[in-house]
Amino acid sequence: MPEEDKTQPTRREAFIKLGVGSVAAACAGAGVFGYSYLSPNVLYEPSPIANAGKPERYPRGSVTQDLQAGIYVIHGPEGFYALSATCTHLGCLTAWNAEQGIIACPCHGSKFSQQGAKLEGPAPRGLPWLKVWLSDEGELLVDRATVIPQKQYLRT
Amino acid sequence: MTIQDLRDSRVWRSVFRGGSGATNLRRSLAIQQNVFLHLASVKARKHALEFNVTWYLGTLSFGTFLILVVTGILLMLYYHPSVPQAYADMKDLQFVVSAGVFLRNLHRWSAHTMVMLVFAHMFKVFYRGAYRKPREFNWVIGVILLIVTLLLSYTGYLLPWDQLAYWAITVGSNIMSAVPVLGQKIRFLMLGGNTVNANALLRFYVLHCVILPLAAFLLVAVHFWRIRKDGGLYTGHAGQKESK
Repeated sequence: MPEEDKTQPTRREAFIKLGVGSVAAACAGAGVFGYSYLSPNVLYEPSPIANAGKPERYPRGSVTQDLQAGIYVIHGPEGFYALSATCTHLGCLTAWNAEQGIIACPCHGSKFSQQGAKLEGPAPRGLPWLKVWLSDEGELLVDRATVIPQKQYLRT
Repeated sequence: MTIQDLRDSRVWRSVFRGGSGATNLRRSLAIQQNVFLHLASVKARKHALEFNVTWYLGTLSFGTFLILVVTGILLMLYYHPSVPQAYADMKDLQFVVSAGVFLRNLHRWSAHTMVMLVFAHMFKVFYRGAYRKPREFNWVIGVILLIVTLLLSYTGYLLPWDQLAYWAITVGSNIMSAVPVLGQKIRFLMLGGNTVNANALLRFYVLHCVILPLAAFLLVAVHFWRIRKDGGLYTGHAGQKESK
C-alpha cells in the first residue's frame, strides 16, 4: 500500500472543494440573474419632454404650474424659463403661492423664490432650471431630464 | 360517551399520538409531539406566566400579527394591485363590500397596534435586561423582526394608492436613495422604475403579501424556539428564587 502524500488533497477534500466551488458559482450566477431580472429594461413612464403649449398662453409675469408634468413655466421680464416643481429635499410636489410670491413645499416647509433659489430649508438646493425651447410648431417644450444653468431665458 | 372516550378513540389517537391522561409525561408529550407547540417549552415557571413579568407583550404582538394575516388575506380577495384600480378597490371595500370597512379598519388599527406592541415588547425586554447572555441571539432575531414589522407597515402604506400613500412612498424612497453609492440603484430596484408607479405598487404588494409575511413567520418560529433553547422566559432574580 503506497504511503499517503500529506501535501496532496485527498479525493474527499477535492470533491468538497468542487462542491463548494460549484455552489458558490451557482449563487453568484443567481445573484447576477436576480439583479438583472429585477431591473426593468423597458419603462412605461412618461417622456421627459413635456409640451407646455403656445407661449401666448403665458402672460408676462405669470407663474404657471403643470401638475401632470411637475414643472413651472414662468414668463418673467427677461423671458421664459421652466423650473422643476419637485422639491430637492425628498421629492414632494411644490406649489406656487401667488400672495407671497414664493414656491413652497407642503411636506416639510421648504421655500423657493420665483427664480428657484432656495429661501428656506430643509431643501439642500434650489429648484433646478430645465431646458426650454420652441418646437417647429411654435410650442414650448420642456426637457425635464436636462438641467441648465440659472438665468438662461428663452425669448420669443 | 365522555370526552375521555373520544380522546381514547382510534381516530383521536391516530392524530394525537401521545395519548391522554393527567400525568406529566402525557402533558409533556402533548406539547412535544405537536408541530406547532413543539417550538415552545413543555414546562414553564409559574412566575414567568404572571402578567407583571412580560405584560404579555410578545404574545400580544403575535396576536395582532395573526389578526393582520387573516384580515389581510380577506382584503386580498377584493384588491387588485394595479393603477388606478387599487384606489377604487380600497373605496369599494369601504363603501360597497359587506363588512369591508370593518376588515379594512381592523387591518389598519391592528397594524398600528402591532408596531406599538413590538416597540413596547422591545423596551420591556431591554429595561428588564432580558436580552443578556444567553439570550443575545434572540435579541438579534427580535431586532430583525422589528425591521420586518416596520417594512410590512411601510409597504402596506402604498397599497390604498391615495395621495397620502403616493407622497409618503415618494418621500420614503427618496430617503432610501440617500444610501451612499448604491442609493439610486436600491431605489430603482425597489420601485421598479424612476417614479412611484404601477411597478412600484406591484412590487410593494408582493413584498407586503408574500415575502415579508413569510419572513416574519419564519423568524417568529425561530424567536419562539429560542425562548425554550435559552432556558425559558427571563424571570429575573426574584423569579428564579421563587421557582426553586
